[in-house]
Amino acid sequence: MTNTTKSSGKSYKKEMPILWWTRRTSHIIFVMRELTSLGVAYFAIILLLLIGAISQGEESYYEFIKLMKSPILIWLSIISLLGLIFHSVTWFNLAPKAMVVKFGKYRIPGIVIMLSNYAGWIVISIIVGRFLLY
Amino acid sequence: MKSHVEPFWWSLFGAGGAISALFLPVLSIIIGLAIPFGWIDIPSYEHIYGIFEPLSVRLVLLAIISLSLFHWAHRFRFTLYEGLQLHRFKYIIAILCYGSAITIVAFASYSLWNY
Amino acid sequence: MADKITLEVFRYRPDDNSEPSFQKYMIPLQRDWVILDALNYIKDHIDGTLSYRWSCRMGICGSCGMMVNEKPVLTCAAFLENLIPGPVRIEPLENFPVVRDLVIDMRDFLEKLKRVKPWIIREQEDPAIEEYKQTPDQLADFKQYSMCINCMLCYSACPVYGLEPEFTGPAVIALAQRYNMDNRDHGNSARMDALSDESGMWQCTFIGDCSKVCPKKVDPAGAIQRYKVHGANTWWKNLLLPWAKDK
Repeated sequence: MTNTTKSSGKSYKKEMPILWWTRRTSHIIFVMRELTSLGVAYFAIILLLLIGAISQGEESYYEFIKLMKSPILIWLSIISLLGLIFHSVTWFNLAPKAMVVKFGKYRIPGIVIMLSNYAGWIVISIIVGRFLLY
Repeated sequence: MKSHVEPFWWSLFGAGGAISALFLPVLSIIIGLAIPFGWIDIPSYEHIYGIFEPLSVRLVLLAIISLSLFHWAHRFRFTLYEGLQLHRFKYIIAILCYGSAITIVAFASYSLWNY
Repeated sequence: MADKITLEVFRYRPDDNSEPSFQKYMIPLQRDWVILDALNYIKDHIDGTLSYRWSCRMGICGSCGMMVNEKPVLTCAAFLENLIPGPVRIEPLENFPVVRDLVIDMRDFLEKLKRVKPWIIREQEDPAIEEYKQTPDQLADFKQYSMCINCMLCYSACPVYGLEPEFTGPAVIALAQRYNMDNRDHGNSARMDALSDESGMWQCTFIGDCSKVCPKKVDPAGAIQRYKVHGANTWWKNLLLPWAKDK
């Protein structure tokens, strides 16, 4: 609770620099993982705008697709996709830490939980892709 | 048992993290890259309109969009607290993050309902 | 073989009114020495004023944790040989107030430890029962968390604790889990109260360094994430089924 006292009443505490996370690679990776949330939000909004365009009629649908071809949005798509993939990978890799599944006495190994996450990712991607395109 | 609202936001963060990790990359590849770059033909308007016609599909889409936004709100809130040491503004940051998520979710519900 | 290595040791002596500084010591390089041996050599042969904590020399007392080249380690388990050619920088554990040289003030940790009641709590104690039995599977549920030696390396590795000293921190939450998951214990909801406010587990953003530096493989990061899942489930249960009681 207290930072002070001791016989002489003094102690020394180092301050953390504002950008503390730039000093270690693992912390830079951590901040990158946290910033993937921006890609998630960005793409959620793109989805919402797409639905809005579709519901407004044929013309605005094709206009939206034309908009998606503009260089700025292409770059945003690429950056946000990299973020989304990094989010998926880190999320699935860390999932076994939070998810502990037990069958009676038997605890399912973390690697199985992780791999089933990846399997679910592949299955859902195929289903969504087929659903959207065919 | 004391009551706190943090577990509620964390649940939305967790659900949103899972649902966005599973659904968004494929949607982003199709909508953000494959169609704009012409790797695949642009789906016809009739086809794409029909896909979102059933209410059930729109509800799934609403779940994906809103949970993703709450995922962002929670995670970004802590990114600001920690990454930029803005903990002293924690209430303002929380209101801005969750508030904007709630606003967009309300807008999403409205536009998906009036599809 | 280079037979000497330089140690840059953090010095802070509040009685001299001096600012913290680094002092260089050149010591003989013995291949079988750990950092703690090197510090003992300095204390015995070069500079008796150097202060640091240590006790068992075998990785179980948890008192010789320090920052070695900016990483929190038990100095009794960090071999000099792996740090050749040096210089080796030795600092007190990060995120704690420094009392003198390499000695930190650990009262904050002890205060927090007390808050989660790290002992078995029973609703009713029946003196007629002499022992409460536990199967190996039940032991396996929490054994990992019981390995914690309170060395506080995880607190030094945790940026959240550095930024928010109110944060309960890794080891204490893992130790709360050690008792929560013990089938003989009934203290879950009391500990949940202590850990579900702003200073508790919800502060953790799963950076994960606590688990990397843990010398006993306790995996506090995993313990905290599991506790969050449990806390969230309890919250929804209390909301939707307020009449149901939890353990």
